[in-house]
Amino acid sequence: MIRFLFKGLIRDRSRSFFPILTVTAGVMLTVVFHAWLGGVLSDIVRTSATFTTGHVKVMSRSYAEEQAQVPNDLALLGVGQLMSDLEEAFPDMIWTSRITFGGLLDIPDSTGETRSQGPVMGMGISLLDASKGDVDRMGIREAVTAGSIPAHPGEILISDELAGKLKVEPGEQATFIGSTMYGSITFYNFVIAGTVHFGIMAMDRGAIIADIEDVRTALNMEDGAGEILGYFKSGVYDDKAARAVVNRFQDIYGSAGGDFDPVMATLREQEGLEQYLAMAENMSGVLVTMFIVAMSLVLWNAGLIGGLRRYGEIGVRLAIGESKSHVYRTMMLESLLIGLIGSCIGIGIGLAISFYLQTHGINFGAFTRGSSMMISNYIYARVLPETYYIGLIPGLFSTLLGAGLAGIGIYKRQTAQLFKELEV
Amino acid sequence: MADSRIITIDGLVKKFPMGGGWFTALSDISLEFGTGEFAGFVGPSGSGKTTVLNIIGSLDSPSEGEVIVMDKSIGELSHGEAAKLRNRHLGFIFQTYNLLPVYTVYENVEFPLLLLNMSPRARKKAVLEALEWVGLTDKIKSRPAQLSGGQCQRVAIARAMVKKPVLVLADEPTANLDADNSHHILETMETLNRELKTTFIFATHDHKVIRYLKRKISLEDGRVVKDEIVKAKRKVKE
Repeated sequence: MIRFLFKGLIRDRSRSFFPILTVTAGVMLTVVFHAWLGGVLSDIVRTSATFTTGHVKVMSRSYAEEQAQVPNDLALLGVGQLMSDLEEAFPDMIWTSRITFGGLLDIPDSTGETRSQGPVMGMGISLLDASKGDVDRMGIREAVTAGSIPAHPGEILISDELAGKLKVEPGEQATFIGSTMYGSITFYNFVIAGTVHFGIMAMDRGAIIADIEDVRTALNMEDGAGEILGYFKSGVYDDKAARAVVNRFQDIYGSAGGDFDPVMATLREQEGLEQYLAMAENMSGVLVTMFIVAMSLVLWNAGLIGGLRRYGEIGVRLAIGESKSHVYRTMMLESLLIGLIGSCIGIGIGLAISFYLQTHGINFGAFTRGSSMMISNYIYARVLPETYYIGLIPGLFSTLLGAGLAGIGIYKRQTAQLFKELEV
Repeated sequence: MADSRIITIDGLVKKFPMGGGWFTALSDISLEFGTGEFAGFVGPSGSGKTTVLNIIGSLDSPSEGEVIVMDKSIGELSHGEAAKLRNRHLGFIFQTYNLLPVYTVYENVEFPLLLLNMSPRARKKAVLEALEWVGLTDKIKSRPAQLSGGQCQRVAIARAMVKKPVLVLADEPTANLDADNSHHILETMETLNRELKTTFIFATHDHKVIRYLKRKISLEDGRVVKDEIVKAKRKVKE
């Protein structure tokens, strides 16, 4: 009997091929959508952690309060000792100090006169100290578009967009004009070692990257740093673990203190990320749920229509002597089979697309132009554990539900009524 | 009237809900049918022919009265018991053939036997025998869409007869057929009735069918107005 019904299922494309196609499409879209939203969210976290927030960040209390203004006059001092203490207290983390600064970059001509000039946002990182991992973490090696990574003190990288604007090339000299942490003006000469392109609009517009020791000298910040960033060695942000680190830090350093006492914040607690991520997670949850519900309705409806379409055939089968329960069971079995095949194919194709997008991403640079947020131009999907099974909700559950509801009609209708529907 | 009684209808009333009230499709029908009858309900559209046939076939249930088929009271049967009755003892022939379009002629005829859990060998023998009765052994691999209306109805007859049921219920079996095909079909059914002693009950208003009936029950507005035994057959081709 099962073989007989299976034969019918295979031959009737409107019962097999097209429903499978519908389920496949619905499941595939659900999987890709889920992975894509996961990717967008994790990209915001990853980019923010890499360039601005770390997984945790230590600042002076006053600096933390005015963080948006990058107030280097409120920077931490005695950073060497503080770093040693942190490395001892939190050996599972990588600590690196950073100075963010702003100013003008002046490009002189052969006579020393200004040839071009532009505002820059600078970042002092551990460019020459490989043990801190900044070069790898920020993907600087891959971001270099011309020249090379600085190998000596006094060398800097500038964004290739800025280089284009200032009409400057690697090997040329550039003078940074800014203010020291004590408020006096500073001029510091650098040699441009290379140009970089990160694919992040906020970085690519007008950034310079220098070794932190050079920046300390330029800004008169001996043994100082605006921020100390801490990263989990796994490279993946874990909010619970980050909160635990902050709690331990507070236990060691105390929560009350002066303006220049160090305070620590998790990634989520910085730059409004808490609210932003909460909103993004909620929105993503709502969007994924809405999408799954919409897909479920489509597939439920497909199951329902498929079942209703067959009332005539079912009437004949009942007249021949098949019991209602047997007809219902076979309908559900068919539906399970179609849902399962469609879901497997849909998940397979969806995962393939998601993995492709996880590797290659899509360039949204045109949309982030002018944005100061740390969002990559390339948005990548991220395949999460639930991406593997989320498609089963619309694919299997909804298809079965649709067929189940259509099948209830078999029980509710008099068998003779099924014939009337057949003859319409 | 034939030998032993297989259907007893006593005071049958069938009402359908209509608007806020009820429409009475059948009123106080009492009849008996025996083995080997070749009978038919005749009358205009809406007279209740199909309704009474559906109730005898346990596709519907009586509102009042009792219908006993093969010693089973139709009104008291559960879905499962009704299915069992249809499966073992009844065959249906419909106006629109109702063949399963994705299956071949052979598979359509085989289907009722699958429900009886017969062995493949016994099934094959029975299917080929049934197709031989209706003269379609050369079409076993054809699909319904490849057959003419007459051929489809012959497949439907083979499907109804393959399990050698006690009773075959035929609802307007010739309505979609031309005169030649109608006579061919009716002669086939008459032969099966004669040779296998299968009881045939028709619902029809087609004179071609009426001429073949040995018992004619006239219905009007859900009531039996005449129940007559037809002595001489009048097989006149139109």
